[in-house]
Amino acid sequence: MDIKALEKEKNEGIDTLPSEERRKFLKMGLTVTGVFLGGTVLSLTSAQKALCVNTVSVIPAAGQYPYNKHYGMIMRQNNCIDCEKCLDACRATNHVPTGHDAWRTTIQERLTTVEGIEKREFRPILCNHCNRPPCVRVCPTKATYKDPETGIVVMDYKKCIGCKTCMAACPYNARYFNHDRYAIDKCNFCLDTRLAEGEKETACAAACPANVRVFGDIKDPSTEIYRLLHEPDNKIWVIRPECGALPNVFYMNA
Amino acid sequence: MATNALTNLFNQTEDPSLATPRMNRFTFFFLIIVILGLGCGVASFIFGHEKMYNYTRDVPWGLLISTYAFWAITSTGLCIYAAISHIFGGTKMAVVSNRMVWMSIICILGAFATIGVEIASPHRMLIYNILSPNPASNIWWMGTLYGLAVGCMIVEFFGIVTGLARIAVILGTIGAIAEVLANSCLGGVFATLPARPYWYGGQLPIYFLTAAFLSGAAAIVLINHLAYKIRGHKMPQSVKDAIKSAGKAMTLVLILYSVATFWRLIMYFVGGSELGRIAADALISGPLAINFWLLEVCIGLIIPLVLILRSRLKNTGMLATAGLLILIGQFVARYNLIAGGLLVPGTLGWDNAPTYFDYVPSFFEFAVVIGSLSLVCFGFLLGERVFGKTFTQKEHH
Ligand code: SF4
Ligand code: SF4
Repeated sequence: MDIKALEKEKNEGIDTLPSEERRKFLKMGLTVTGVFLGGTVLSLTSAQKALCVNTVSVIPAAGQYPYNKHYGMIMRQNNCIDCEKCLDACRATNHVPTGHDAWRTTIQERLTTVEGIEKREFRPILCNHCNRPPCVRVCPTKATYKDPETGIVVMDYKKCIGCKTCMAACPYNARYFNHDRYAIDKCNFCLDTRLAEGEKETACAAACPANVRVFGDIKDPSTEIYRLLHEPDNKIWVIRPECGALPNVFYMNA
Repeated sequence: MATNALTNLFNQTEDPSLATPRMNRFTFFFLIIVILGLGCGVASFIFGHEKMYNYTRDVPWGLLISTYAFWAITSTGLCIYAAISHIFGGTKMAVVSNRMVWMSIICILGAFATIGVEIASPHRMLIYNILSPNPASNIWWMGTLYGLAVGCMIVEFFGIVTGLARIAVILGTIGAIAEVLANSCLGGVFATLPARPYWYGGQLPIYFLTAAFLSGAAAIVLINHLAYKIRGHKMPQSVKDAIKSAGKAMTLVLILYSVATFWRLIMYFVGGSELGRIAADALISGPLAINFWLLEVCIGLIIPLVLILRSRLKNTGMLATAGLLILIGQFVARYNLIAGGLLVPGTLGWDNAPTYFDYVPSFFEFAVVIGSLSLVCFGFLLGERVFGKTFTQKEHH
């Protein structure tokens, strides 16, 4: 399979591609790194690097991850029972204030009808630690930036002028104004509160009784998240791919 | 010595005919409103922005940002027309260009005052805009360029007052270029956010620049009319011609702007993003419909056009009314544009999210807006009183 030649092909869009073919395509060789999504191949590496390969359909080659660790999360969405243990764990671990719509992660819900039966569907959301984060691009003072070690999008509170542009720019409503700090705040994958202490998981992932949230280094083939992402039979999606933020939080049904 | 020189200077520039108790009362009145209105904004630093303004996680911007955009855009317009007449001369507007420079400075100060109390920590901005600049950020460029522009215009105005024409022209040119670039970055702030399909796209910066030409021309017509109203003098023919010339520009841009507004909205209904369409619907039949149809379209575009046609560009009173209505329409248009982009939930369909978020500006937000308006009125009266002769010196030649 000549991947280079394939990259040059015109994107046919999702409507024309049967899922049978999609699977075949994935099995053909994308076990390496890519995630096929909605007719586009989504980069798992930084936009900056990925752009060097091909600006239209980015297929990152192994070894092109710009961060030592490249943290991400995958949600086994249909396992979520809305127990909200993750939310409590996050609030307690990261001192998220109550009130003023402050949250770092939340559970969204909606009613769907599956085979004539009404069903409640839950979807956990949090900062996607985007590879091409709109929040980081718009920040005038670099108060929010991508941690060069881990790819986690973090805040430097003292530099935040409170212009709220990042809130308007984030496609995922992941940012809130922290009135205690008088600066914007957001999920940082528990970088300071757990990962720095040597923990391997975020508070929300550790607290989840239904094993919905799988956190880890998507660059490391020995991690569960890596396995889930590259399992050819798994249908993986992200939220609002059309915004081009290249999120690192993925969704699948278990 | 210095005080003497200053007194001499002011003796040459001031207009004693405006040193009346009535004028003083008006000037003082506006000053009080500035203190009260902007005081509400300053109080937000003490009591917390969250307690004074109705911003939320879902709707992080609102009336204050749109007011800022309105003043900034008007300032750009005034500055461009002034620079064109200073550099190229020959336009009839040149006789009132000194007044335009002054009002451009005043409008940008109105913008700064509004955004200064809108952002949560302006003191951090002063430090980290310099120590930790992000060249990829439109906000950074916008702030820096507007800062540069106002600096240039203040020196330019000093040059005008002291008769240093060369300095005035050079700095006026740099200032105008900075204003245009800043205006374009202001459009870019919104245009480069894919998360907000109602804003996203290359048209918006041009739209903002068109708005600058429209608001600028409308302001020139209105301000010059008022300058003679407050004096009770008959307007010299040269100023009438200047107003006519600005009126022509205003008419032309009014048509261009209306065309742009029409296509901008139609676009969302022929395909593209659902979120963009829902936002456009907010203006057409949703929560912003009255704002849009009554204030932005009828009062801001159609009635002014009718007035301009009826005035045949000769009746300055009618033209000035058209200018005032255009400015009201433009003010509301800025609000509609910003609210339109923010009222639509990005994760529509989840969480039983409403089709539109609720946002009604708070009392204090309105107070800041009134404060900024009074600041501009105060600046206008002060300018006419202190620099009246500078403004009118070319008018009688
Ligand atoms: S999800 Fe939002 S806050 Fe998180 S990195 Fe992306 S744009 Fe920034
Ligand atoms: S609110 Fe703070 S973090 Fe967000 S863009 Fe402005 S300065 Fe940056």
